[in-house]
Amino acid sequence: MLAYLTRRLISLVLSLAVASAVIFLVVEVAPGDPASYMLGINAQPETLAALRQELGLDLPKWQRYLAWTTGMLTGDFGTSYTYRAPVAEIIGERLWISLPLALFALTLAVLLAFPAGLIAAATRGRAPDLGVMAFSQLGVAIPNFWFAMLLVLGFAISWRIFPSGGFPGWQDPLLALRALTLPAVALALPQAAILARVLRSSLIDALGEDYIRTARAKGLTRTQTLWRHGVRNALIPVLTIIGLQFSFLIAGGIIIEQVFYLPGLGRLIFQAISQRDLIVVESTVMLLVFAVILVNFLTDLAYALADPRLRRT
Amino acid sequence: MSRSLILGGLLTALFLGAAALSFAWTPDDVTAMNIPGRLLPPGSDHLLGTDHFGRDILSMLMVGARTSIAVALVAVGIGLTLGVPLGLTAAAYRGGWLDELISRTSDLIFAFPSLVIAILITAVFGPGAINAILAIGIFNIPVFARLARGAALSLWTREFILAARVAGKSTLRISAEHILPNIANLLIVQSTIQFSLGILAEAGLSYVGLGAQPPVPSWGRMLADAQTLVSLAPHVAVIPGLAIVFMVLGLNLLGDGLRDALDPRLKVLRT
Repeated sequence: MLAYLTRRLISLVLSLAVASAVIFLVVEVAPGDPASYMLGINAQPETLAALRQELGLDLPKWQRYLAWTTGMLTGDFGTSYTYRAPVAEIIGERLWISLPLALFALTLAVLLAFPAGLIAAATRGRAPDLGVMAFSQLGVAIPNFWFAMLLVLGFAISWRIFPSGGFPGWQDPLLALRALTLPAVALALPQAAILARVLRSSLIDALGEDYIRTARAKGLTRTQTLWRHGVRNALIPVLTIIGLQFSFLIAGGIIIEQVFYLPGLGRLIFQAISQRDLIVVESTVMLLVFAVILVNFLTDLAYALADPRLRRT
Repeated sequence: MSRSLILGGLLTALFLGAAALSFAWTPDDVTAMNIPGRLLPPGSDHLLGTDHFGRDILSMLMVGARTSIAVALVAVGIGLTLGVPLGLTAAAYRGGWLDELISRTSDLIFAFPSLVIAILITAVFGPGAINAILAIGIFNIPVFARLARGAALSLWTREFILAARVAGKSTLRISAEHILPNIANLLIVQSTIQFSLGILAEAGLSYVGLGAQPPVPSWGRMLADAQTLVSLAPHVAVIPGLAIVFMVLGLNLLGDGLRDALDPRLKVLRT
């Protein structure tokens, strides 16, 4: 286990190093000088040079890369040019929208997919199963931002139950949750469709095993067998998928935040890109990538804990 | 033939046909604005209604299909032409440093949130169809590399490969003449799925303004334009979305149908 853990940790660190280098390079080759963008076209050359020095733009690229990465390790994400505030602080504020949104969506997806997958597997080939499979085909084909627009049309305009956009803040948690409900439903739908499909097929695989026949033979009912032996054994692949889905929720969240005008990380990235606020773009994207890689790592770890055979590979 | 193969094939053919037809004929000129006739509901003059500039939505959908299909198709092409040789190479030199390098790199790209990076790439290098193709295509490479490697690995242990080896064929020739034809089915099925994912990704990118730029119509931007008009004229938001859903649904059904028709044992990656 220790050797496995060490190997996985090394690959985690390596991934993060490569990821940070790629992000830095992509952003660095971007056309446009942030300093001249901030000062406008009439800026004096001396003012421009002074600002470039203040922002550290006159340093060689490798020095700026090192300063950026070592800074992030100590929690210093740099200072935004446009907001005139520490990037960590700006991200911290936005995180309170994006993270609850992703978790809300994940919860909804699981709540929807579990019963659906269970029912489908238990009624394989019959009407309920076909219904679930049709729903899942449709779920993966619907672009979630379009589904979001339909939700707005139905539940915010025709039937005014939820707000069509914006975020009131967490002072009133109920109001905040209400504002996040439609975005979370929109995000959850495709994920629920995928999850239901995976749960169904992994349950069907599990139900074909010999131990299921044994359980039935010793007198357990169908339902008892399904719960005690089927669901438990089908859970491992499902957990992996849930881990992987976090990455989709983060990416999907960026676009969904645009639909609902939610001031989360997604909108922050778009605003920062259009204002050429490079440090904000770099650090926010790096944070998202870090979150995804970390979740994948933790999923692998959980998997290895649950299934000793995997530790050997 | 299975029902999903027929239905998927028909839907896919319908969209490919409409896109091809749009080069020669559309019901209306997609650049012609007609402000008095804007936001008309579907009717006899305009089968699917008109948008906020009075443009015919059916014509725009047909021309927009071109953009979606071109972007997704070229992105699949990038994945196939770069990913498959990489995967075959890794399998041919299995266990070696080259295999290790290729496998680790594709694992790494897999771990990246693809849409976040696609947004970053298109935002930094400027929005447009070409950059959207590159951003989507890059993430198709590891999919095909991993798939080709996995399938090729199991083939390398088979007797007919051993026979080819004994006959003196080089690693390159065995990969090209014996391995590749045997994994072609798998690649075709995976291509359909990546194609449908590409359509969705392109729609997402052009929805946030990072795909094909005006005046080239694209489904994603039609939805973005419709967003503020949803309450006034729901059809301008509903119809382009339905086009995306049916196209993606058709490709997914086609992929499932092809998989069952070609080889029911095929395992396809769904990411």
